[in-house]
Amino acid sequence: MPTRLSEKTLSEKTPAKTGAEIPANDSHHGDGPVQLLTPAGVRIESPEYDSWVEDLSKDDLLGMYEDMVVVRRFDNEATALQRQGQLGLWPPSLGQEAAQIGSARTLRKDDFVFTSYREHGVAYERGVRLEDMTKVWRGTANSGWDPFTVGMATPAVIIGAQTLHATGYAMGIKRDGTDSVAVAYFGDGATSQGDVNEAMVFAASFKVPVIFFCQNNQWAISEPVGVQTVRPIADRAPGFNIPSIRVDGNDVLAVMAAMRVALERARSGEGATFIEAVTYRMGPHTTSDDPSRYEDLGEHEEWAAKDPIKRFEAYLEGLGLLTDKVRASVKAAEDDAAKRFRAACIALQDPEPLTVFDHVYAEPNSGLERQKREFAAYLSYIEGGTR
Amino acid sequence: MTELTLSKAIGAGLRRALLDDDHVLLMGEDIGDLGGVFRVTDGLKHEFGADRVVDSPLAEAGIVGTAIGLAFRGYRAVCEIQFDGFIYPAFDQIVAQVAKLHARTAGTVTVPLTIRVPFGGAIGSVEHHSESPEAYFAHTAGLRVVSPSNPQDAYDMIRRAIASDDPVIYFEPKRRYWTKGEVDLEHEPLALDKARVAHEGTDVTLVAYGPLVATALDAAEAAAEEGVSIEVIDLRSLSPIDFDTLEDSVNKTGRVVITHEAAQFAGLGAEIAATITDRCFYSLEAPPQRVAGFNTPYPPAKLEEHFVPDLDRILDAVDRTVGRENSLTGFVAR
Repeated sequence: MPTRLSEKTLSEKTPAKTGAEIPANDSHHGDGPVQLLTPAGVRIESPEYDSWVEDLSKDDLLGMYEDMVVVRRFDNEATALQRQGQLGLWPPSLGQEAAQIGSARTLRKDDFVFTSYREHGVAYERGVRLEDMTKVWRGTANSGWDPFTVGMATPAVIIGAQTLHATGYAMGIKRDGTDSVAVAYFGDGATSQGDVNEAMVFAASFKVPVIFFCQNNQWAISEPVGVQTVRPIADRAPGFNIPSIRVDGNDVLAVMAAMRVALERARSGEGATFIEAVTYRMGPHTTSDDPSRYEDLGEHEEWAAKDPIKRFEAYLEGLGLLTDKVRASVKAAEDDAAKRFRAACIALQDPEPLTVFDHVYAEPNSGLERQKREFAAYLSYIEGGTR
Repeated sequence: MTELTLSKAIGAGLRRALLDDDHVLLMGEDIGDLGGVFRVTDGLKHEFGADRVVDSPLAEAGIVGTAIGLAFRGYRAVCEIQFDGFIYPAFDQIVAQVAKLHARTAGTVTVPLTIRVPFGGAIGSVEHHSESPEAYFAHTAGLRVVSPSNPQDAYDMIRRAIASDDPVIYFEPKRRYWTKGEVDLEHEPLALDKARVAHEGTDVTLVAYGPLVATALDAAEAAAEEGVSIEVIDLRSLSPIDFDTLEDSVNKTGRVVITHEAAQFAGLGAEIAATITDRCFYSLEAPPQRVAGFNTPYPPAKLEEHFVPDLDRILDAVDRTVGRENSLTGFVAR
């Protein structure tokens, strides 16, 4: 079974490049996004980006494939669990697997990511357990994991807020003198927020190792990206003196190549990079949304033909890598992940009432302690008739 | 003991924190070479360098938001918001991000930020420069909110605030920046969440904080001449509020007047009046009284003397609690 890139193998495998430069034609994004695979899965040569993925072994490629398949399956299972009343709400990542897996899979353990709430593929690559990703949506906790064990902050729901946290984290990395990188994941809608623009101002002024990874999935709930911007989003960053790459977000190879360019720049002290991964939200905004009220079915079909998993599958088939044995192994992996996730999600227990007071403050707080005492007394009174 | 102005005392506390912990850094607009618009950080950039006394871009959400990221990395940022009325662009980062992070991460992430905010009016300034936004933050779970009234507390409380693992909004009484007082730079500071009896009395408890503590002390002196003994409580901490100290005082005096510059409606005075009524009901001789700003935008400077509670308005409320003639009764014919 393919394994994930470990920190060790990755550092060995990352091409020994120095002074990563963003190819000149990316300063203007008129030629279309960077692409290494056509929608039919045919490999396109790119003198600028080929070298950034040439080290990928057969196992690496199959690992990327399996991760995309598993995350899609998990995402579908979560949607099903919402329909069955096991989750209150779910924001599907359907269609964005290449953007998320391609970028997050090439991070190091000591890097730190700050995401929005749709980045299930990113969380998976960071090592977050699938059921932990659903705690928030089942309503059993306000976050599912310890950020420090996986190098990923609790997802931000307020749009764009996390980009400032990533930038501040990168300011800390620079102070500490290490070559770790902070990554901010956000969507096209977020680019209209002040926080995202402020984050780019801070990142540029202090020249810190942060990557702004924008998944342009074409929609902010019902608003098409044209409401947020009338130019390619990637065109904005150079105005902040942050170079940008516009990449085909449904092409996992191109995404990884772009991410590696940005990581190399950050690690070598060249500062921030902005990546716009052009992709498509194939599902609703959340399970409460109804895209039939606003989405153009023709456009949906167009993007379905550019599906990131089908495309990569076709590429792997062309390479002769998708043997029956591999297919069976990937199928077993997704079935197993889905089965275990379902059971673990349904087994998530409701928290005890008094835990609502936990961790509001790090230090004792007289006001809250009194409320807790009084509520505890109330609970025992109504439950047992005693104090 | 050293004689310092309140602003110099804060500066001395910041300097001490920078010396004691190399993960402390200051961020804000104009805090470097200029030393802040009120010179609170005067000389600190020169002493500690631009990496630790950081002139930030002009973006309040950016200052607080990046400070959160620094906290993830183990840093203790002290953010300066230049004026009270400039804090609103950072509102989301403070109330939705800073305040909640510890709870929503089940205690794994601590956000030991201090956000310094010069606040309050009566300095003849223009709009957005004289506001008292403390109730917004006291209302928000996860934040501690404090305000010193004198140089000693200014020094002690900024050190306590920076050392706290909780985020602290530190409201600086800007019209008292130039108040001088003796400061013990070495003593063990009073806990951050404790109120202080600033002046003992027996007839009426007068609760104040920040800039109005001095006014309250003046009122106590004036009332004493008229035969009314006022006990002045300096709250120091606005969240949590040290109700035990208030309770002890009101059980003794039987009367309470609360004063703040912030608008009366849903202000801290309402919370204090409600809680004191609940806890001291059988000791109260009169309804709790509030003397506060009006529910209007902060007025132009030429009107602010009518808006900001002063000695006369406070004493009028005191008179109401002790049954003397007052603005509500009018002059009683004798």
